[in-house]
Amino acid sequence: MKATDLFKETIAALLANKVRSGLTALGIVIGIGSVIAMIAIGQGSQSAIQSNIQSLGANLVMIMPGAQRGVGMQVSQGAGSAQNLTTEDATAIAQEVSFVQAVAPELSSRYQVIYKGKNTNTSIVGTTAAYPSVRNVQISEGVFISDQDVRGAAKVAVLGPSVRDDIFGAGYSNAIGQTIRINKINFKVIGITQAKGGSGFSNQDDMIFIPVSTDQKFLAGADRLTTISVQASAQSAMAQVQQQVTDLLLARHKISDSSLADFNVLNQTDIVATASSVANTFTILLGSVAAISLIVGGIGIMNMMLTTVTERTREIGLRKAIGAKKKDINLQFLSEAVLLTFTGGFFGVVVGWLIAFGFSKFGNILTKVSLPSIALAFGVSSVIGIIFGYYPARRAANLNPIEALRYE
Amino acid sequence: MIECKNVSKNYKSPSTGSGQAIENLVLKGVSFKINEGEFVAIIGPSGSGKSTLMHILGALDTPTSGEYFFDGKNVADFSDDELADVRKNKIGFVFQAFNLLPRATVLRNVMLPLVYANVPKEKREEQAKVALKNAGLEEDHFYHLSNQLSGGQMQRVAIARALVNNPSLILADEPTGNLDTKTGEIVLSTFQSLNKEQGHTIVLITHEMSVANYANRIIQIKDGQIIKDEKKYEGDRFI
Repeated sequence: MKATDLFKETIAALLANKVRSGLTALGIVIGIGSVIAMIAIGQGSQSAIQSNIQSLGANLVMIMPGAQRGVGMQVSQGAGSAQNLTTEDATAIAQEVSFVQAVAPELSSRYQVIYKGKNTNTSIVGTTAAYPSVRNVQISEGVFISDQDVRGAAKVAVLGPSVRDDIFGAGYSNAIGQTIRINKINFKVIGITQAKGGSGFSNQDDMIFIPVSTDQKFLAGADRLTTISVQASAQSAMAQVQQQVTDLLLARHKISDSSLADFNVLNQTDIVATASSVANTFTILLGSVAAISLIVGGIGIMNMMLTTVTERTREIGLRKAIGAKKKDINLQFLSEAVLLTFTGGFFGVVVGWLIAFGFSKFGNILTKVSLPSIALAFGVSSVIGIIFGYYPARRAANLNPIEALRYE
Repeated sequence: MIECKNVSKNYKSPSTGSGQAIENLVLKGVSFKINEGEFVAIIGPSGSGKSTLMHILGALDTPTSGEYFFDGKNVADFSDDELADVRKNKIGFVFQAFNLLPRATVLRNVMLPLVYANVPKEKREEQAKVALKNAGLEEDHFYHLSNQLSGGQMQRVAIARALVNNPSLILADEPTGNLDTKTGEIVLSTFQSLNKEQGHTIVLITHEMSVANYANRIIQIKDGQIIKDEKKYEGDRFI
C-alpha cells in the first residue's frame, strides 16, 4: 500500500465520523494548547526576570558590607551591619583588579527632601561619574555628576523622574537649576535621569544622586560606602573579577579566613541564574500540569480507536480478505490515530498561541511562544498518537479474517 | 488449477474444567480438483464443513493436514503474509453480506483491492469501470454511495470488486442469501455469464440446490466428507 493511498484512506475514515473525530481531537487540542500557553507564560516570566536583572547594569559585580564581628569574637551582628567599605576600597579595586571596566562606589540612605512647600522621603545615593555606565542609567535632561563635583564635594543633585514628579509636580520641565533641600542642606539640581521602571530590587527612578564625597561629608558624616558596583569588562571575566575583588578586600581588611569576611561579593550572573532557575521550576510545574491534560487526551484517542476497531471489524475482515496484510491494517489504524493527534496538535498550537497572546494583551503578563515548544508540541502529539494508537491498531491487525467477516 | 489432497481441519475447543480438550473434526480428508474455467457449486447443510472448506479454498485459513495446491503451489503451509498475497493476486471474494464500505462511492469500493495490489492510480478507475460493467451495474450508479444502493446492486458492486483484479478464482459464499428470489436469479445468471463468456473460474458455496443448479458441477458435502461430485451435461456438450 502506497503512502498516498494510506493517507487518503485515513482521511476518508476520519471524515466518516466527523463529530467523533473532532471531539477526540479536541482533547489533544486542549492538551497541546495548554502546554504551549503554560510554557509561553513560564518562559515569558523567565525572560522578564532576566531582563529586569540585566537592566541593573551589564556584567555587574556588587560588593556589600557583610556582618560585623569584633576581634576574636564569633558573635555576628548580621549582614549589612558592617560599615567598613571605604572609598579607598573602591579606588583599590579600580586600580588593582584586572578586567575591570569601571567602579562606582555608592553610599545610599534615605533622607527627607524638600522643595518649597512639598517634601518627600527618598533614597539619596552618593556616587561618582562612573555610576551611569556601571548601573545602566541614562540622563534625559542636564548632566550627571562629574569627577570634578566629586573632587570638590559639590552640592549638586541628579533626580530620578519619580522624585522630580513628587517634589516639583508631574512633568515639571524647569527642574534644572532649582535648589532643593536634602536633610536641610541646599543642593542644586543639575540633571534628571531617564525613566527605567522598577527592576525588582530597587527603583532607580525614585532616587537622588549626589557626589559620594558630598554625601560622606555632609549627610553621612563618615567615609563609608553601602555598595561598590564593579563592571567587568566581559561576562566571561566576571568569576575572575569576583575572586580578585574578594582576595583584595580580604587583604585590605586583614582577614585571613574567608568565611569571616566582613563583606559580600555578588555576581550578577549568579543572581540571574538563581532567578532563572526559579522561573524554570515554575515553567516545569505549569507544563507538567498541562501535560496531564495531554495524557487524558491521549486516552481519549485510544478509547475512540478501540471503538472504531470494534465497529469496523467487518471492514477489517474484508480488507484482509482482499489481500491486506497485518502490516497494512496496523499502519492504517496507527496513521488514523497519528493524524488525529497531529491535527489536534496543530490546532493546539494555534489555541495555545492565542491564549498566550491574550494573556500578554489583556493580562499584562509577558509571554513567549518559542519555536522549540511548538516543535515539542508536534513531536509529543505524534508520539501520543503512536503510543495510544498502537494497542488498538495491533488489535485490528491481529483480528482473524474469518471471525472478523462473521462479526455482527 | 486448484487441487485439494486429503484436506482435514480440526478445531480444538477449549478444555472444560477437568475434561480434556475436545477435538472437533470439521473436514475429514477431502480431495478434489477444480480446473480453470469451471463453475462449481459446493453444497451442504449447515455444519457440513462447507464454510471451513471455503475458507481454506479462499486462503483465509490453512488445513490441519493435507495439501492444497493453488496454481501448482502448496498453500497449506503458507504464512499469514503469503496467504494475504494469494488472496490479493488470485482470489476474488463475494460475500453473503456484501461487505461494502459504507459512506464510500461504488467506484472506491471496487478500487479497494487495487489499492492493496499497488496498481497505479491512473489504471484503477479504468479497471474498476470495466469490472462494474462486466458485473452488470449501470454507469449512473458508479458515483453513488454504496449504502444508497439496493441489495441486488450492492451484490453487483461486490462482484465487480471480486473481478477487478482479474483473479484466477472467484469465491462466492452464499451470494444470494440476503437477496430475494428474483434478484438472486439475476445475480446468479451474472455469475453464469461471467463463467461462460469470460471464462472465469467460479466456486459457489450454498445450501440451496436451486442455487447450486446454476453451476456446471456440484460437489455435495456432509459431515466433513464429499458424498457426491457430479458434472452436468448441457445438451451434447461437456462443460
